[in-house]
Amino acid sequence: MSTRTTQPPAPGSKTGGNKFDLRSGTLPRRFPAALLAGCAVVVAGVLTLFSSFGLILWALMTAVAYAAIIVATSVRVEGGRKAKDRLVTALVYGCFLVAMTPLVSLLYTVVVHGMDRFSPYFLTVSMNGVLPSMDAGGVYHAIVGTLAITGMATLLAVPIGVLTAVYLVEYAQGRIKKVITFFVDVMTGIPSIVAGLFVVALWIILFGPGHTNGAAGALSLTVLMIPVVVRSSEEMLRLVPRDLREASYALGVPKWRTITKVVLPTSAAGLTTGIMLAIARVIGETAPLVLTAGSSAVSINWNLFDGQMMNLPVFIYSQFRMGGAVNYERAWAAALTLVLIVMLLFILARLVGRFFSPKTR
Amino acid sequence: MAKRIDVSGLHVYYGDFLAVEDVTMTIEPRSVTAFIGSSGCGKSTFLRTLNRMHEVTPGARAEGKVLLDDLDIYGPDVDPVLVRSEIGMVFQKANPFPTMSIYDNVIAGARLNNKRMSKSEADDLVEESLRGANLWKEVKDRLDKPGAGLSGGQQQRLCIARATAVKPSVLLMDEPCSALDPISTLAIEDLIHNLKEDYTIVIVTHNMQQAARVSDRTAFFNLSAPGKPGRLIEMGETNQIFTRPEQKDTENYITGRFG
Repeated sequence: MSTRTTQPPAPGSKTGGNKFDLRSGTLPRRFPAALLAGCAVVVAGVLTLFSSFGLILWALMTAVAYAAIIVATSVRVEGGRKAKDRLVTALVYGCFLVAMTPLVSLLYTVVVHGMDRFSPYFLTVSMNGVLPSMDAGGVYHAIVGTLAITGMATLLAVPIGVLTAVYLVEYAQGRIKKVITFFVDVMTGIPSIVAGLFVVALWIILFGPGHTNGAAGALSLTVLMIPVVVRSSEEMLRLVPRDLREASYALGVPKWRTITKVVLPTSAAGLTTGIMLAIARVIGETAPLVLTAGSSAVSINWNLFDGQMMNLPVFIYSQFRMGGAVNYERAWAAALTLVLIVMLLFILARLVGRFFSPKTR
Repeated sequence: MAKRIDVSGLHVYYGDFLAVEDVTMTIEPRSVTAFIGSSGCGKSTFLRTLNRMHEVTPGARAEGKVLLDDLDIYGPDVDPVLVRSEIGMVFQKANPFPTMSIYDNVIAGARLNNKRMSKSEADDLVEESLRGANLWKEVKDRLDKPGAGLSGGQQQRLCIARATAVKPSVLLMDEPCSALDPISTLAIEDLIHNLKEDYTIVIVTHNMQQAARVSDRTAFFNLSAPGKPGRLIEMGETNQIFTRPEQKDTENYITGRFG
């Protein structure tokens, strides 16, 4: 017994010999950060020396140098498995940065260009009576249109979408479930312009030609929203444990009350997030709205059922097409406004989600 | 009001698969009946047929008679929802409603059914049920806190309080202690002992000591072979089952020779 404890546990142990040792070499904790900083400085120095400094080249060479050196030192000090870990860590961080680049660059560009014209004045006046080339006018009518059209689309799509999801998860069985799921998938794939054309055709049948209004735009967005809401709500409802439904049934609660008072409240946070994502998906739609809500409205119009309605994506599109310097400025500022609205919605969704989510303390 | 359950010739199917075959038994009121047997022998499935809970599983159905006192709960115009309010159930895993406070969990049965009750009636019902579940002292100062914040044992007692708050006449328990430590288990066993004065209790357990400790009568279920339906092998006074079983299989099981 006493001799056993000092023996190596397995003959194949890497350290070999009779020493039993579980320790291995480790690089100092701050070594990777220091190495990265060192590489960056040295590469910058070398590139400047050859007077060929460029941001992309510099980042790329720093990354390659860092990866090579850290793997080489790690193999010597820590061994193969940890060296692989270092390499993959470097790769994953690298990919993360590459993936972040377009996002950061996009936001940066929108903010920089948008700030030229973004002001309280721009947000609070419309283009009514403003010639496209004048240094005046704003986006208020488009904000109104975006909120009204998206709001109505949400009001139409959320009940249909959530109830469809409830039906699919709680009631549907067999063939009909497969059929509905299939058609929801098909709907997901409808190009947005086709949704717009569908509503144009419907409006011609119902009201005759030449009727463009906000309601038509809202309906085309509804067609695009429903499958997104169904899909995300379905996932969220499936996450509610069977236990909770059974607990409710065991109290003598009928199925519909179990759904409305246990299943839906439990998944409320997830449902909210899914609905917000669906709104974000359609709030930037342009093509169907050009066809249905019109692209020439310049004044504030809150009435979805009367006359053309401007909205932010179409505003950006039509300003950009006019091609003057002031039009470009307006387009960028409107783009910034749209990004801010979407961001506000997401923050709101987070807060609402936190408010609804089940708590443990 | 505790009620008697008479089961005769009950078969339980999942689709075409016969899961439990031909069970006939009587469950006495104001007593504890334990179901023991190896995993997969159909004792939980059978338990769930006693309040038509198995119907929640798609494709599951039962044939035969289950009389609650004199009423066949499988009769043609019997509403399973009403059956379940008369025959409550406690599950293996404690499952308090995560969106509700302790208070709301206890009166969930009434609230979810939109029963009108005054604030004082509700308060009384919550206190009575929590006292009945030996939980009142531990939670009386934090009734408005979420039920999911309690310990596992407390959550299970909360679920028992929730089940008793709808005043059922029978309480079915499906391995209520299998996820709990010995002290919480003891608390629940004491509770079962108190509850049997008012309720008919049926408990499924894997723990034979537990069956011996809490039950008055014991039923042993077994499979004749893997893939074959489970059947009731023997039922009798707990004392007799554990000391003088009539069937060889029962003896083998309780002495630990298989299962």
